Amino acid sequence: MEARGLVKRYGDREALRGVDLSAEAGELVAIIGPNGAGKTTLLSILAGIVKPDSGEVEVPRGSVGWVPQQAALYRRLTVAENLLLFARLEGHADPHASCAEMLELTGLGERRGEVVARLSGGNQQRINIAIGLLAQPAVLLLDEPSVGLDPRQRSRLWEFIAALAAERRTTVVFSTHDIQEAERYGGRLLVLADGEALFDGSPDGLRAVVRGEAPESAEQDFEIAFVAFLHHRGH
Amino acid sequence: MRWLLLKDLQVLRRSPLQAVLLVAYPVLIAVLVGFAISRSPDKPRVAFLNEVPAQARVTVGTRALPRIGVDDRVCAQVECVRVKSHDEAVEEVRSGDVLAALVLPADLVDQINSLSTPSPGTPAVEVIVNESDPVKARLVNDRIDSLLTQANLVIARRIAHEGGKFIGLVVRGGQFTVLGQVIRILGLANTARVLHAVRTTMPPGPLRDSLDQVLRFTTLTRSNLGSAATLLSRLSQPIAVDKQVVEGSSPPLESFAIAVAATFTLAFVTVLLVAGSLALEREENAFPRLVRGLVSPSALLSEKVLLGVGVGLVVTLLMLAGLAPFVPLHWERCGLWLLAIGAGAAGLGAAGAALGAAAREVRAVSLLAFMVVLPVAFLSLIPAGTVGPALADAIAVITALFPFKPALRAMTAALDPSGPDLGAALLHLAALITAYGLLARLALRRFSAT
Repeated sequence: MEARGLVKRYGDREALRGVDLSAEAGELVAIIGPNGAGKTTLLSILAGIVKPDSGEVEVPRGSVGWVPQQAALYRRLTVAENLLLFARLEGHADPHASCAEMLELTGLGERRGEVVARLSGGNQQRINIAIGLLAQPAVLLLDEPSVGLDPRQRSRLWEFIAALAAERRTTVVFSTHDIQEAERYGGRLLVLADGEALFDGSPDGLRAVVRGEAPESAEQDFEIAFVAFLHHRGH
Repeated sequence: MRWLLLKDLQVLRRSPLQAVLLVAYPVLIAVLVGFAISRSPDKPRVAFLNEVPAQARVTVGTRALPRIGVDDRVCAQVECVRVKSHDEAVEEVRSGDVLAALVLPADLVDQINSLSTPSPGTPAVEVIVNESDPVKARLVNDRIDSLLTQANLVIARRIAHEGGKFIGLVVRGGQFTVLGQVIRILGLANTARVLHAVRTTMPPGPLRDSLDQVLRFTTLTRSNLGSAATLLSRLSQPIAVDKQVVEGSSPPLESFAIAVAATFTLAFVTVLLVAGSLALEREENAFPRLVRGLVSPSALLSEKVLLGVGVGLVVTLLMLAGLAPFVPLHWERCGLWLLAIGAGAAGLGAAGAALGAAAREVRAVSLLAFMVVLPVAFLSLIPAGTVGPALADAIAVITALFPFKPALRAMTAALDPSGPDLGAALLHLAALITAYGLLARLALRRFSAT
């Protein structure tokens, strides 16, 4: 997947200012930045939901799975009904088999008959991701997937996502404003602030840049150092 | 599209309150309308005091008219509460037990009889009302005005009838009885015959000339009095009604009431369901996921309208079935019912889709739907001619822009053969379906872009 020179404006505000991004198969790319940095806008453009004002996106046609920040599923339907519905809409030849596969993948087989509204936020997010996977995408886009989850749920979610990248060779691009989460699970990091790409590289590379540009914070917690780095860059 | 339809029905089934309301609402409306149109309107309770002596009779000349049964006539129009005194009548009204009191004073007949004397009085009845409730006061005033008009008409007819008899006596001659004595009247016709006979025996001269003058007078008088008798008989109701229907024919009130109830049900069920269901797609965040390639926005809109048509059909037919025990329905026209309900539901559903596409939350959409449907429905029921021309034009434009009125016309036409033109109503609905469909599509595009 490759995106070049993406620009998006909402009125006078420039949400993205010529951002580039590329990702290989099986790669885990984390988009990090403070609130309002343009993370969701970038993911929405990659997902094809929002059109950029300029720039280009090249993705394998029809193979991008989209998992929005808030679970996009029907809370009054059961787990199985949700999966079955989207499998049918995706045009699967055997939607029941696809549903069973996703239930196994998410580990929610036991709760297939439960109405989604009664599930925890973490489990709802797993179904949300499973629906995104029903398209059998080469690229999976996740917008802040761990928001609102407790540490145990977060850990299980990342195990699940890491397995997708490792075993299925799915390219995963996710956004987060948690720097530690991005460091831990992202193979590559894209730092955005006020719509501008400040860094694109490995977690170690980011640490090196942060220490280099904000040496006064180098000995402190990395999150504090990262904030100092953003200040140095004028954000 | 069928999978989305199935999903919406599953969601509906999982919302017990919504499902119960969808069934209970039309049944309740059906029962209420059924009761309302199968019972005659309640008569207002009116205290009635008749102080006129039982033997008193209206007289014309020396002749007493037959009794006209005032008590029975009054009590046929209102629910009579007999009272024994004027004070009791006032107390009944003040307490609110009756809406008004009607008092016929003891001298009423004497006053009526005095109208034919050199010193005529003013016959009057007393009406006591409590006007704390303007609507009820208007109802009572209308009823009592109607009663008095009828009473005046009956008396006028009787007087005219008796007067005609007297004129007939003067013209043709005859006899009548006064105080047990039979009085014979020669009459103008017989007088003329007698005078003609006398004239033939008289020689020409001034006396015969005078007799000729008397003969001409009797002939003219007889002719004019004959016309007067006819005029007198028309006096009791000088203006007759000649009604001409220039366009269409009015369906029975029952059919119209059923059509109103059915269209109200259809409007609320369809608009709320379609608007709410579309807003739910965004409230559940499913909309962007759906329109990313799984379903086109137009297909999504069509599915919602189809859902509204399906549920609207079932609910409205259920309501009509609920009305069947109360009023006879033209079941042989059920094909037209389906057509009218389907087209009405599609129009209202398209309007609901436009509303649903304009807001993000189901609650906001529901409120919006109520705020639009209720006033438009009430405006649609205001008959032309009951308001000023400018306001009537404004109402006509507003109601033409929303599918309620054409849906009501289609329903009325389908329910009764004497209803309005079904084809015109269907064409109107088709135009509105297209317009609201485009509006909804534009509104969705706005949301897709944000």
